[in-house]
Amino acid sequence: MSAAAALPQPGCADAPVLRERGQREVFCGLTGIVWLHRKIQDAFFLVVGSRTCAHLLQSAAGVMIFAEPRFATAIIDERDLAGLADCNAELDRVVTRLLERRPDIRMLFLVGSCPSEVIKLDLSRAAQRLSQRFLPQVRVLNYSGSGIETTFTQGEDACLASLVPEMPAEPGAARSLLVVGALAEVVEDQFLRIFAALGVGPVRFLPSRRATELPAVGHGTRYLLAQPFLNDTARALEARGATRIAAPFPLGVEGTTAWLSAAAEVWGASPARIAEATGAAAARAGAALARIRQRLEGRSIFFFPDSQLEIPLARFLSRELGMRLTEVGTPYLHRQHLAEELALLPAEATLSEGQHVDRQLDRCRALRPDLTVCGLGLANPLEAEGLTTKWSIELVFTPIQGYDQAADLAELFARPLLRHAKLAV
Amino acid sequence: MQLALWTYEGPPHIGAMRVATAMEGVHYVLHAPQGDTYADLLFTMIERRAKRPPVTYTTFQARDLGGDTANLFREAVLDAYERFKPQAMLVGASCTAELIQDDPGGLAKTLGLPIPVVPLELPAYQRKENWGASETFYQLVRACAGPHVPKPGTVRPKNATPRCNILGPTALGFRHRDDVPEVERLLETLGIETHVIAPMGATPADLATLGDADFNVVLYPEVAGQAAAWLRRSFGQPCTTVVPIGVGATRDFVQEVAKLAGVPATTAEGTLRLPWYSRSVDSTYLTGKRVFIFGDATHAIAAARVAEKELGFTVVGLGSYSREFGREIRAAAALHGVEPLITDDYLEVEAQITALQPELVLGTQMERHVAKRLGVPCAVISAPVHVQDFPARNSPQMGLEGANVLFDTWVHPLMMGLEEHLLGMFREDFEFNDVQPSHLGHGAPSQSGKEAAPAAQPMPVPAAETPHSAAGAPLLAWGQDAEKELKKIPFFVRGKARRNTERFAQERGIGTITIETLYDAKAHFSR
Repeated sequence: MSAAAALPQPGCADAPVLRERGQREVFCGLTGIVWLHRKIQDAFFLVVGSRTCAHLLQSAAGVMIFAEPRFATAIIDERDLAGLADCNAELDRVVTRLLERRPDIRMLFLVGSCPSEVIKLDLSRAAQRLSQRFLPQVRVLNYSGSGIETTFTQGEDACLASLVPEMPAEPGAARSLLVVGALAEVVEDQFLRIFAALGVGPVRFLPSRRATELPAVGHGTRYLLAQPFLNDTARALEARGATRIAAPFPLGVEGTTAWLSAAAEVWGASPARIAEATGAAAARAGAALARIRQRLEGRSIFFFPDSQLEIPLARFLSRELGMRLTEVGTPYLHRQHLAEELALLPAEATLSEGQHVDRQLDRCRALRPDLTVCGLGLANPLEAEGLTTKWSIELVFTPIQGYDQAADLAELFARPLLRHAKLAV
Repeated sequence: MQLALWTYEGPPHIGAMRVATAMEGVHYVLHAPQGDTYADLLFTMIERRAKRPPVTYTTFQARDLGGDTANLFREAVLDAYERFKPQAMLVGASCTAELIQDDPGGLAKTLGLPIPVVPLELPAYQRKENWGASETFYQLVRACAGPHVPKPGTVRPKNATPRCNILGPTALGFRHRDDVPEVERLLETLGIETHVIAPMGATPADLATLGDADFNVVLYPEVAGQAAAWLRRSFGQPCTTVVPIGVGATRDFVQEVAKLAGVPATTAEGTLRLPWYSRSVDSTYLTGKRVFIFGDATHAIAAARVAEKELGFTVVGLGSYSREFGREIRAAAALHGVEPLITDDYLEVEAQITALQPELVLGTQMERHVAKRLGVPCAVISAPVHVQDFPARNSPQMGLEGANVLFDTWVHPLMMGLEEHLLGMFREDFEFNDVQPSHLGHGAPSQSGKEAAPAAQPMPVPAAETPHSAAGAPLLAWGQDAEKELKKIPFFVRGKARRNTERFAQERGIGTITIETLYDAKAHFSR
């Protein structure tokens, strides 16, 4: 990358991190259901929780656009807590009613919540019991999306980790590539074409589009993380013999090339072959980015912690679009999976982990960045104070990975600035 | 355990947030796990508020549970006091914190803050949002106005100019923003001063003076009923019982407040258009339209009266998710001769709408989805709210302008009179849109031209899903010609025609429905 040469010395690998504790203005892991229930087409997500959980799911992403979603909440009530009703019997009743209503469902996730964790309702036993009852028609799994254990995208991690033991074993040591983390279908298809050109294969995805078609895993499995928040899933895959291919994440041209190359090198592709397979798409994406670069170059950006995508995004925005990083907040800093990213991040960035939202708002107001990336609870109040914001949840719901989405991703950041400049009211 | 796909109401602490956010100078410290902060976006995104709700969450995590969550709470209270300097503070727990039993009220008390600290006990596993709002408002009113309650037997001097408080409007309320000025205007024309509006826009200091008014106007009984009852007991302030939604109710409301204020009941109805629009001959087609109504108790009951008496519809179903107002809903349903539906189970409401086949649904955003799926016109009359329920324009539900708004909003989704007839006569005209009235949007492009072949239309209620065949009765067959004839019936009554014909055939043991059966049934059921 020629752009990189002009930047200050990259490298945040050893940079100090501001660790904060206080109010965390983030979603809990249940929110992942909003995209996972669309991704895995024959799965249903049943949250075992409170009215708050149901209300969160309903409100979080304006999901009422879906007429009949593949998720619901089994709301624990006073009778369950007082022991007047046996929670397990109640859960069985609710699940039976649900499966009668939705005979198309092949996999049911019982999703733990804060209240179910605090009352120590054993959902793994419940899942086993219900699986025995409904197999082979429906497999029942469980994971926790509770706020006391998971932050936003960690819900996807917990869900995928619960799928790993269900993956069939790959016999022998046949080599295969597993791409891990929910991606848009269009992105998966693009990657499949490039991997084919690189001679990398067979390529499989976790999660698969259908729960009944989980990919196989074994000692020959090499996996690439497509998302930076999949700590538990990675551990579970390694326990099944899979090996991680270390790489930056496929955001932007640089990230995508590095990500694809990391796999290609494992398969022994020559640099010439890599250049041939990726050159055209990378050049096309680079040209598209150049147009947006003029609108973002030199502008400062501040990240509130949200999806754990912050560090790869900051790397992309600074190195490929010339944005100036101020604070880059992330709910968790997973140094191992982000090692390649941190090495690329310019040293000017202040990294922060965890949150004390009021203090962070003070810092943001003092810095007055040109663009602030934050959650939905903060965006309008900051706009009202004259700051331009980009709501971060869109970065999780939009296809942003790969070459042909690089410009779309950049556009997401450019649009609020353009809008600000355009409006005369 | 209850299976919920959608919920009409959030948990009770959301109700408390609606009160706190509506007010000035109040801060709410909520003992809650990480993730419960999602509630902020209801206010900043749905209602587009420019300020964060005045709420601090402790956002404890699993690792805190083994340690000292109580101390986390104490620190949060002290920090919030230092940073926000509120006049009064609310403290409480959300569902998860209720289980860990840290006693936020007791903990906050030990901190000795120099402001009123109101502990909220909102049982999250029993109660819901509106109850939480009501309880919070009541506790705040008691805490602020309580010290000013006169000794029993004191006769409070009347104000020279009659004065009232307006109680009930909150943040995130259905058109509360627009109802309040409308009602204020109504009171002003009667020569009545508005003393305090609360919770919306009030400070704790304002609440302390509530007792200075002569009476209270209760706009939303779900929120303010309990506080108004306490003010009546403590300050001898009477309160209104009529909610001014619709022409009749607005007139009744004027009578009621005039009497409470001791002034003549006069209103300038010059801007009221509903009565004339409704009498205008083009509205004849509204007569007897079958309408299903569901919402919070206040809006649903008021809507039933307007629908029946002011638009000439027929109420075929009336229900509410406000269980606390079951008695009122049952009384209203009896008045309209229908079975009340009191439930917070969206699936039950959906089943009822499917079975009743109304021509118009007046409901919440949930019913809007059901109606859309069934191809029935719908207007939204009640919370839960959606970003669309905060229109940029003034759009009250109450008072004179509110009545005008109701006419427009409810009539607009319907097929216009003449179009309905033309559609009945020339059903096969390929340019007729079989999905929605022509004045709404641009129709679905696939419906025009050749693709408008009626056979391709999904039926609002396919035969296999009618209650009769679903109940396991012997399966009925539709003859080809009868099926074709059925499709000539406009879509908005087709479901009813199909259902009636099937019932007719079943009762007579007819196995195959012919054109004759269809018209026999039509004659049999015609009113």
